[in-house]
Amino acid sequence: MLENDGMDTKPLLQVEGLKKYYTAKSGIFSRNIGEIRAVDGVSFSIHKGETLGLVGESGCGKSTLGRQIVGLEQPTGGRILYKGRDLSHMRKPELKAIRTQLQMVFQDSYSSLNPRKHIFEILAEPMLYHGLADRNNIHQKVEYLLDLVGLAKNALGRYPHEFSGGQRQRIGIAKALSLNPSLLVCDEPVSALDVSIQAQILNLLKNLQKELDLTSIFIGHGLGAVNYVSDRIAVMYLGQIVELADSRELFDHPLHPYSKALFDAVPLADPRTRKRLGGGVIEGEAEILPGPGEGCPFYPRCPRRSRECSAAKMELRPASEGSSHLVSCIHAGQEGVD
Amino acid sequence: MSHILEVSDLEVSFSGDGGKNISVDHISFYVDPGEVVCIVGESGCGKSVTSLSIMGLLGRGGSVTSGRVLFEGKNLLAMTEKELDQIRGDRLTMIFQDPLTSLNPVFTIGNQMTESIRAHMGLGKEEAAVRALMLLKKVGLPDAAAVMRRYPHLLSGGMRQRVMIAMALSCSPSLLVADEPTTALDVTIQAQIMELILELKEELGMSVLLITHDMGLVAQMADRVLVMYAGQMIEQAPVLELFDHPAHPYTKALLRSVPGIMDRRDRVLESIEGMVPEQYDMITGCRFADRCPYRRDICGRPQIDRMIRHSHLVRCCRAGEVESDAGK
Repeated sequence: MLENDGMDTKPLLQVEGLKKYYTAKSGIFSRNIGEIRAVDGVSFSIHKGETLGLVGESGCGKSTLGRQIVGLEQPTGGRILYKGRDLSHMRKPELKAIRTQLQMVFQDSYSSLNPRKHIFEILAEPMLYHGLADRNNIHQKVEYLLDLVGLAKNALGRYPHEFSGGQRQRIGIAKALSLNPSLLVCDEPVSALDVSIQAQILNLLKNLQKELDLTSIFIGHGLGAVNYVSDRIAVMYLGQIVELADSRELFDHPLHPYSKALFDAVPLADPRTRKRLGGGVIEGEAEILPGPGEGCPFYPRCPRRSRECSAAKMELRPASEGSSHLVSCIHAGQEGVD
Repeated sequence: MSHILEVSDLEVSFSGDGGKNISVDHISFYVDPGEVVCIVGESGCGKSVTSLSIMGLLGRGGSVTSGRVLFEGKNLLAMTEKELDQIRGDRLTMIFQDPLTSLNPVFTIGNQMTESIRAHMGLGKEEAAVRALMLLKKVGLPDAAAVMRRYPHLLSGGMRQRVMIAMALSCSPSLLVADEPTTALDVTIQAQIMELILELKEELGMSVLLITHDMGLVAQMADRVLVMYAGQMIEQAPVLELFDHPAHPYTKALLRSVPGIMDRRDRVLESIEGMVPEQYDMITGCRFADRCPYRRDICGRPQIDRMIRHSHLVRCCRAGEVESDAGK
């Protein structure tokens, strides 16, 4: 999938300076006390066939970003370009057609499937509505979908609650695929599942990506799972992407102090590489503070901070001339930082 | 050396709509002084039920139907609630996954901490407050005095779990039971909490029984590992032995199904087909048999724990083959 990495081909999706601010309120009169910057100037692009992983801790804005891309949240600022066209300035009918191509798989497959409809209805309805099937071939199409995600035909007449978590996630994936999307946003699709089931779903997603030549964004806090399915990975912290690189490169040579601390904290499933988990542990916790975000969001916790960090404008820059490894830290690559 | 905790042949059942359901059975294990023992397994395997029955916290409908739980030589199951209260929160303490539901929302942290300290140690109000403050500092809470005056909802998840640990340590426990203490927390906060637990273990010389579903945490924390599947302990071994020579097909498959950040691109995750049986107490043979690549007719018969090496127990009649079989 790396052959699509060249800059000469046009990216399928471009995100430019995307922002989502929420108003923070406090007290009994709900006084506005400022803005919560859930997504704060995020830019990246994805090429066809590629999988981009989004990692970060809770509250870093990774889910909000995913929801903005499929149109579930309106951006406060910035642009989302799909095949070169700006989604934020599109009229409704046009948008409706394009939405079918941007689909989402949710973490909680239970609340994202209508409990009062059986599986046939759940899968058939979107295809009929968007005119991708008619009464004659709908059965065939639904059965094809079931087969694609590894479910038996007898699932059709059953309701979501009759399935286990792993099977429900398969239905969620089938539903997302029913409209032939070209981009799939998977928001923590395996976080609620047990390890042995997780592996089933991860393998399914990986095979589907290959089989259907899907482009996907895989959001997760389980770094191992994200690594397994992603070509490139973006690390988010408090609404900003702080580092973005090829997944192997990122885990082997993280450059941003936050990425390093995050990866250090991951307990490796190998007792021979035992480290005091606290070895690289950063103090404190991520705090979302309302107000204008100046400087590096990681500044208060960073072991490498200097005075410039609190004022400098943060943007993703190539780690070295022409490198595809992007990092926002002004100290990255300097002596003693590695 | 005598064991701190020794559980033998524990069986717990819950009564519900359709009569009695056995939740866990044939549970036998021990924890030695200063040891970190991990119970690992998927949801519904009975790991929490095991820990709750040790603490006498099974709640309505659940009861221990047979077995023995010896803590520091005394059988906890034969004790009255009053006798248990002397031990729980004192020598034997527990922390839970969700500290918000374990803390009382209408009292300040200081209030709740001093109450338990006074109850167990017979200290006066002032002395108890001094001790509470000392404990909060010990678990690494910045500005402990301010935390004392706060209500639980004002603290972050990581801070709440620190408060829970401080409370658990308020007397001088010899065993800390930690049931998925960091599952709800971010990974950097998890690292802080695990580091804290290890530090305190060293300092106080206590033992830790850590319940988790995360093989990574097991690898990093455990001295010995107990693997559970469908209500039974199917393998017990020291941590290196378990990761190097897993002898139960389930353990083996589980270890191969965990994706890691150091994995190369060509790694293929092994997935265990099928799923955990929902009703397993009717299965007389091996409960993993219907998902097991090593299944034979003999697996339909009741299984026993086999000792394949010193302190390595496996509940599988084909353990020898599984272990020596490097491939599948």
